[in-house]
Amino acid sequence: MIPRTLPLVRRWESLLVVLLVAFIVLGSSLSPFFLSGSNFSDLTSNLMEKAIMALPLALIIIAGEIDLSVESMLGLSSALLGFTYALGWPLWLDIPLVLIVGATGGLLNGLLVTRAGLPSLVVTLGTLALYRGLASVVLGPRSVSGWPEWFTNFGFNDVPGTLIPWPALVFAVLALAFLFVLHRTWIGRQIYAIGKNKEAARYAGIDVARMKTALFILSGVLSALAGVILTARFSSARADNGQGFVLDVVTSVLLGGVNIFGGEGTIVGVVLAIFVIGVLRNGLTLADVSPDTQSVAVGALLILSVAGPTLVRRISAARPRRQLTKPVSNS
Amino acid sequence: MSETSPILQLTGISKRFGAVQALLDVDLGLLAGEVHALVGENGAGKSTLVKILAGIHRPDAGEMTLNGRELVLSGPAAARQLGIAVIHQHPNLFPDLTVAENVFVGRLPRNRVRGVDWSELNRTAERLFQNLGVKQSVSVPVRGLSVADQQLVEIAKALSLDARVLVMDEPTASLSSHEVERLFTIIRQLRSRGVAILFVDHRMEEVFEIADRLSVLRDGRHVITALISELTPADAIRHMVGRRLETLFPKEPATIGEVALEVRGLTRAGVFSDASFEVRRGEILGLAGLVGAGRTEIARVLFGIDKADAGEVLVAGKHVDIKSPRDAMRLGIVYVPEDRHEQGLVLDFSIAANVSLPIVQKLSRFLVVDRAQEERLADEYSKQLQVRSTGVEQAASALSGGNQQKVVIAKWLATEPTVLLLDEPTQGVDIGAKAEVHRIISQLAGQGMAIVLISSELPEVLGMADRIVVLHEGRIAAEFGRDDASQERIMAAATGHVDA
Repeated sequence: MIPRTLPLVRRWESLLVVLLVAFIVLGSSLSPFFLSGSNFSDLTSNLMEKAIMALPLALIIIAGEIDLSVESMLGLSSALLGFTYALGWPLWLDIPLVLIVGATGGLLNGLLVTRAGLPSLVVTLGTLALYRGLASVVLGPRSVSGWPEWFTNFGFNDVPGTLIPWPALVFAVLALAFLFVLHRTWIGRQIYAIGKNKEAARYAGIDVARMKTALFILSGVLSALAGVILTARFSSARADNGQGFVLDVVTSVLLGGVNIFGGEGTIVGVVLAIFVIGVLRNGLTLADVSPDTQSVAVGALLILSVAGPTLVRRISAARPRRQLTKPVSNS
Repeated sequence: MSETSPILQLTGISKRFGAVQALLDVDLGLLAGEVHALVGENGAGKSTLVKILAGIHRPDAGEMTLNGRELVLSGPAAARQLGIAVIHQHPNLFPDLTVAENVFVGRLPRNRVRGVDWSELNRTAERLFQNLGVKQSVSVPVRGLSVADQQLVEIAKALSLDARVLVMDEPTASLSSHEVERLFTIIRQLRSRGVAILFVDHRMEEVFEIADRLSVLRDGRHVITALISELTPADAIRHMVGRRLETLFPKEPATIGEVALEVRGLTRAGVFSDASFEVRRGEILGLAGLVGAGRTEIARVLFGIDKADAGEVLVAGKHVDIKSPRDAMRLGIVYVPEDRHEQGLVLDFSIAANVSLPIVQKLSRFLVVDRAQEERLADEYSKQLQVRSTGVEQAASALSGGNQQKVVIAKWLATEPTVLLLDEPTQGVDIGAKAEVHRIISQLAGQGMAIVLISSELPEVLGMADRIVVLHEGRIAAEFGRDDASQERIMAAATGHVDA
């Protein structure tokens, strides 16, 4: 479907595999614990909230927009879950409630972008602050604990008999669903069309505004879900949960080969990139590098991930392969 | 025109891009005080030649001389400095700067305190436009100007640089007829001052109106250079395509059926008002008028891109409310836009993905796009429209303009429409492909489709349309039947002269 970019995508994904292997080798040389199964289980578990948020963000960026508010929606979700649970409301009521709030937050982002015509970068930067602020209005500086055992087990334990954490199972199911939707369905086709040429998509009868709004809603819901999972994993609801996650989430998506200008990217690439960053952070943690200092590496990766494909493209453009672009003669 | 040695001479120019030989051993001489037309099909090498003269590309072989001295262009700035000005099809100006600033950008006159001498700037700029015989306020920003006016700014800029060679790349492509006339007046003036003008175009009637000599490129090779008086348009076209061309506009008779689309008093404030017309099955309705007369704007309302402020639209006799392109599609109204690249195609998508885009949802089962059916469909319409490609998996960006246009038409045919709105369907399409597009339009009408044809090319409208509605400044100025329409009568109505 995208014949000219496919080779580039393939090359980029292979590069990510190489990078992943390189970081694993590097990690194992830094610490003897790195290669253990429990470390990998741990590493994966730490990643899942970010990973879940990266999936809808990938679609949003492919469609030519961005959502920076995801980590605050996670925080708001965690705070709201804590607040309602502390009121004595049962979790079967609390969880759907925060997911609905997530959808509403996403809807607000979507409407401001599609109906008011504001740039998503600004809108979601605004709601990044706004939703985090709401989170602390809701819960204040306290943390809520005393969660039911099944809930914290879900956040913390593995699927029985395996080293797969429960949240990883949730992510795996979601990732497969996103893979299917983006690469096989008409929804995915329309998302690519919107990202590659918004005008042409509109002139082809695609409801661009509705599709984008739907993607923002999806992002809000899954960020809220990530908030629920993080609360379970930490056994603690706090307004500042997930603060700073946006760097890793955006970096995963862009490092995964999603074009920051829209129209290109794959779910496989994004999933690979999530693990590249996870392995990198884990290795650095085992080597006693503080999370703040780790951000130097993640920030560098972010810039590299945007510069990399651009460079690759320039290099392939410098070696013209005209048989691919030769106009077909009319006469 | 005096027989002197050429001011600019190209000898044996060749340029290759990868596997494509864009130019091979091309000789071309430009005389001072001549308008030299350069014609050829799309892909014949015209643009490459223009880019070489502009200093954008460097030739692989051959030599260029300017006033007998060897000419080596290290870049666009060098070309400009040596007195070669190139005016591209889309003027390249700073939209937020004023006309005067654009003319003198990079060399604004200074006053004693090293600030910009605005009065001197505006005076000089005004003088330039006066010399051109054009009324143009020089202190307004370029943003609001029409393409035609922006071209004049480019020309003024070229004059201010004392250009001896002026290369114009399809300057009339987005100009209305009276703007073309004004441009030609200016070109004649420049010619009489001894400027050598290379006029790149593919509209024969214009070439034969303005040019002194004509050179034809075909497949990167120079075919012929001749005095315009020595050949006919048919000769020139024959040299361009290398074969004899039957007729350009083969509208065949079709059975005219029921009214498919009727518009009553349609108004969009400030754009067009009180437009009423109807188009029947099997009929081609031509919408003529100058650029900006409201033709595209009417089509955009009918396709649900913009909203009407007043008026009624009836499809097959029923009142309809078209709020979005989706609504229009459901009613069987589709629109082939003027701007293929921006609005018509997703260039990175394959032919198949472009053709299926409007109906991709319908082509899906349990959300999954049925690739096999998609390819079958694309293949069927590509064959019907004779799209030349390596297959439906080829990217739309790799196709020539004419074939891209066919893909846009194929995309809409796949939705099985009843009303086809065509906006400048042959703009930027070479002559061979143009005839094919006309054949397709005629065939579709024959199959009972109602067609609205917007075109700035009068021969096209006259040749294709059964009836012609002429718009002038947003209002319908006249309506002609096929037999009582003529270029003169349409032009008179389009320019606001009452037609007796």
